Amino acid sequence: MVRAFLAGLIVAIIAPLIGSFLVVRRLSLIADTLSHVALTGVAIGLLMGINPLITTILCTVITANIIEELHSNKRISTESILAMILPGGLALALILISVANGFNTSLITYLFGSITAVTQQDIWIILGLGITVLSIFIIFYREFIYTSFDEESARTSGITVRLINHIFMVLIAFTVSVAMKVVGALLIGALMVIPVITTMQVIKGFRQNIFVSIAIAIAGVFIGLVVSYYANLPAGATIVMTLISFFIFTSLVRRV
Amino acid sequence: MISHAIPIVEIKDLSFSYGDEEILTNVNCRINAGSYVGIVGHNGSGKSTLLKLILGIIKPDKGKIYLFGKNNADLIEWNKIGYVSQKAGITTSHIPITVQEVIKMEKVTDKAVDDALSSVDMLKFKYRLLRELSGGQQQRIFIARALVKKPQLLILDEPTVGVDVKTQEKFYNLLDRLNKQKAITLLLVSHDLHTISHKVKTVIQLDRKTYPYNINSCSVDHIHQPYATNI
Repeated sequence: MVRAFLAGLIVAIIAPLIGSFLVVRRLSLIADTLSHVALTGVAIGLLMGINPLITTILCTVITANIIEELHSNKRISTESILAMILPGGLALALILISVANGFNTSLITYLFGSITAVTQQDIWIILGLGITVLSIFIIFYREFIYTSFDEESARTSGITVRLINHIFMVLIAFTVSVAMKVVGALLIGALMVIPVITTMQVIKGFRQNIFVSIAIAIAGVFIGLVVSYYANLPAGATIVMTLISFFIFTSLVRRV
Repeated sequence: MISHAIPIVEIKDLSFSYGDEEILTNVNCRINAGSYVGIVGHNGSGKSTLLKLILGIIKPDKGKIYLFGKNNADLIEWNKIGYVSQKAGITTSHIPITVQEVIKMEKVTDKAVDDALSSVDMLKFKYRLLRELSGGQQQRIFIARALVKKPQLLILDEPTVGVDVKTQEKFYNLLDRLNKQKAITLLLVSHDLHTISHKVKTVIQLDRKTYPYNINSCSVDHIHQPYATNI
């Protein structure tokens, strides 16, 4: 359970961090897209008999950068690119499952999360990725915020927009890979986006919004874990429903 | 009178197409320090494309663009250029970002932020959310962000779209002040030839209906206003 809380804490910090910029860029769907691609990574890992987290990271990083290349070419809309890659990732995962013929049960734990099954090796990888995401985020905060809000003006500020966008894509891929173990592939988007849009309703300032959404995510993960433990419910789903209840509560309070 | 000083912007034999569609053909242009130039034309005439080419956001098919005497691809002194893009306010409508945070996207001190906001009379809005401001006020904030670098050239893409006439007047007064008092070279794009021709010193007209597929827009023939010597 200690490992579960530690993994949950790391994810609760980095998911809204990256999610804040996804909301600005109107790219919330990319988390769901990469989470489906992550399933392919899991299937490859299980098929090859190596830690699926490692193959998941490789698959999501490569795909995230392909998405960025297609997006920057502007020949196809980002929405269409994501609509193609999301089912593509799932389809490839299903084919690999069919070829392997036997690890359906393991894959289901990645679909819906199994935070209580986090291994010591997983913890080290999650911690390493978490620190990497946080460090890069702090170093490039100005570049990320400028590029997300106004790409053209950012260029005239001397920012290498293309490089920054690729770095950001790698951070999304890392975050999705880490979060999958906690909430599951199908629920990752919720952890990245719901805390951000919850606080956006009441907070006045972007930086402040990031900090408060992290606090909301941490509260959601911890309450969700405790409730799921005592009520014998799936952890990932309980975390997401806790976050949604925060959103509804905030919306109602704001209207009063 | 032709100036021999290094021009702020120099365009030589520039051509650009989107696929098979020719947008700009053999454009030649010099914009000297202190100029106040308006680029006008209908939708699709290539105004914003020309700005993007000047800023190096897109690359020309043919020709060269020099900023401050250097090829724009090699320019590293971007602090000399302030840019207010047409899309600047679009992404911020749903995001809780403060005026101060918008200006701090540039790497500057708090004092510089205050100075830039003061120069556009918006200091009292420093801690307000950008989305709470009117279109005209937001435009001033984006100008402040461009000015915070203390640029020598300020480029604005359709700065008065969605802004009422009274606010437009104030806006052009601000630009006039920046040009005259701070000696900032101004280059702005607009579809509104009527307004622009009364405000700027020099007009460059890009109009493919009037000059189909032959847009040597900076040649003297196409300049309306009396201050043609700046080009």
